[in-house]
Amino acid sequence: MKLAGFLLLLAGWAIVLAAVVLLVPALPRTGFVLAGVGVEVLGLVVVVRSHLAVQGEQRE
Amino acid sequence: MTPLPAPVLSETAVTLCIFFILLVPLAAAGLALVNAGLGRSRSAAHSMLTSLSVIAVAAVVYFVFGFSWQGFIGQPAHVFTMGGRAWSWISAEPLFLRGLRLDDIPTLLAAWLQMLSVGLAALIPLGAGADRWRMGASAASTALLAGCTYPLFAHWVWGGGWLAQLGVNCGLGHGFVDAGGSSSIHILGGLTALSIAWILGPRLGKYGHTGLPNAIPGHNSVLVLTGCMLAWVGWLGLNSAGGILFTGAEPGRVVMIAVNTTLAAASASLTSATVTWRRFGKPDASLIANGWIGGLVASSAACPFLKPPTAVIVGIVAGGLVMFAVEWFEFGLKVDDPGAAISVHALSGIWGVLAVGLLAQFSGRTSGQFLAQLVGIATLIGFVLPLTYGLNWLLNRFYPQRVAADGERQGMDLHELGADAYPEFVIHTEGFIQQ
Repeated sequence: MKLAGFLLLLAGWAIVLAAVVLLVPALPRTGFVLAGVGVEVLGLVVVVRSHLAVQGEQRE
Repeated sequence: MTPLPAPVLSETAVTLCIFFILLVPLAAAGLALVNAGLGRSRSAAHSMLTSLSVIAVAAVVYFVFGFSWQGFIGQPAHVFTMGGRAWSWISAEPLFLRGLRLDDIPTLLAAWLQMLSVGLAALIPLGAGADRWRMGASAASTALLAGCTYPLFAHWVWGGGWLAQLGVNCGLGHGFVDAGGSSSIHILGGLTALSIAWILGPRLGKYGHTGLPNAIPGHNSVLVLTGCMLAWVGWLGLNSAGGILFTGAEPGRVVMIAVNTTLAAASASLTSATVTWRRFGKPDASLIANGWIGGLVASSAACPFLKPPTAVIVGIVAGGLVMFAVEWFEFGLKVDDPGAAISVHALSGIWGVLAVGLLAQFSGRTSGQFLAQLVGIATLIGFVLPLTYGLNWLLNRFYPQRVAADGERQGMDLHELGADAYPEFVIHTEGFIQQ
């Protein structure tokens, strides 16, 4: 699960990079950058939840 | 091909820059004192010695690899072409600083400032790993930071790399802008601190069976607050030297940098003081100190481009953010960060970088500036965090980073150094053993 979270972080960054490099019009570029940031936020949530789960198991 | 032009500095700017860089070690001294004061008394000497060690490791590794990967604007770099535009992704300087020439003053100054800055970035994770991070492991982790993550990202921001080129290549304002290091020093250091806190896990006794955190207060508020004052002087040097070297600030603008830096720190600490006073009935020294440093961190990115009222806004938001982030990490995310390194450096740094897009006043084109700043933040979270976590996770597989449980109970001073910081009056108790 942690690995999936970090892969989501990288995927989000790849979307941001692609948007900046390949898109020229402002609106689609901004939209795709925001979408990439959204994927990164999702990745962060997954990583955080996996660490919380590991800590919970260690306490038990 | 769209390389950024090499900066040209007047004699006055060079003299001022040398003076300001001489102040930067005070920022490192300040952070080291803050980290030591917020840790336990039985790890105080270990904390200070580790701080000195990581500064030494960072300087040597940066001399060997770091600057050759980071470089400076106008120096040779590796580029790739995409979308019909050339993007610089890593410097092509020779190892061991052999590319430095005595007549190239801006590059010499940049190399000197960066050698100090990388030490500052390496100090940040020590706050998160306090009381349980082995000295050898922290030195090895610092080598990874100074030799890999820091120079790579700093090239993108300060070495004429692809983030700095966003303005020229994509029309996004002036490209990613960070005058004093909110991103390349503080967010990078803060994300490394988060990785370390995750890898090490919480201190023994920090979280009970119910998952609620136990308070483990810092052992010396005087050290912490003295550290804040030293850090202030160091930050004046860091922001001013960065402003001159990386944004071409004229000497007159440097006065405004100093005013903005001070106002941001002051308003952040006053915000923290007000919030703690209202919530707890008394001001909390460690949280106010965190607010002060958070204000300094947030001021770094935008300080040459702010007007004093907007610097106050930057500080107020940073002070409030740090206050609530410290609690959120401790209670909500169960991250044990004794020095509040993640809240103070990563989150305040993110706010400081975004403030460039929201509040900074540039001459010339500004449309797209916020998007450029957002791309920089996305790069830190989407690339630098997995990279620094992965490197430290690998290191931990081969060389365990956390001290043994007995050593943690005994205290890092006795366990790793064989002597206490305060041998005359410290009584070791088992007060924080897991219940």
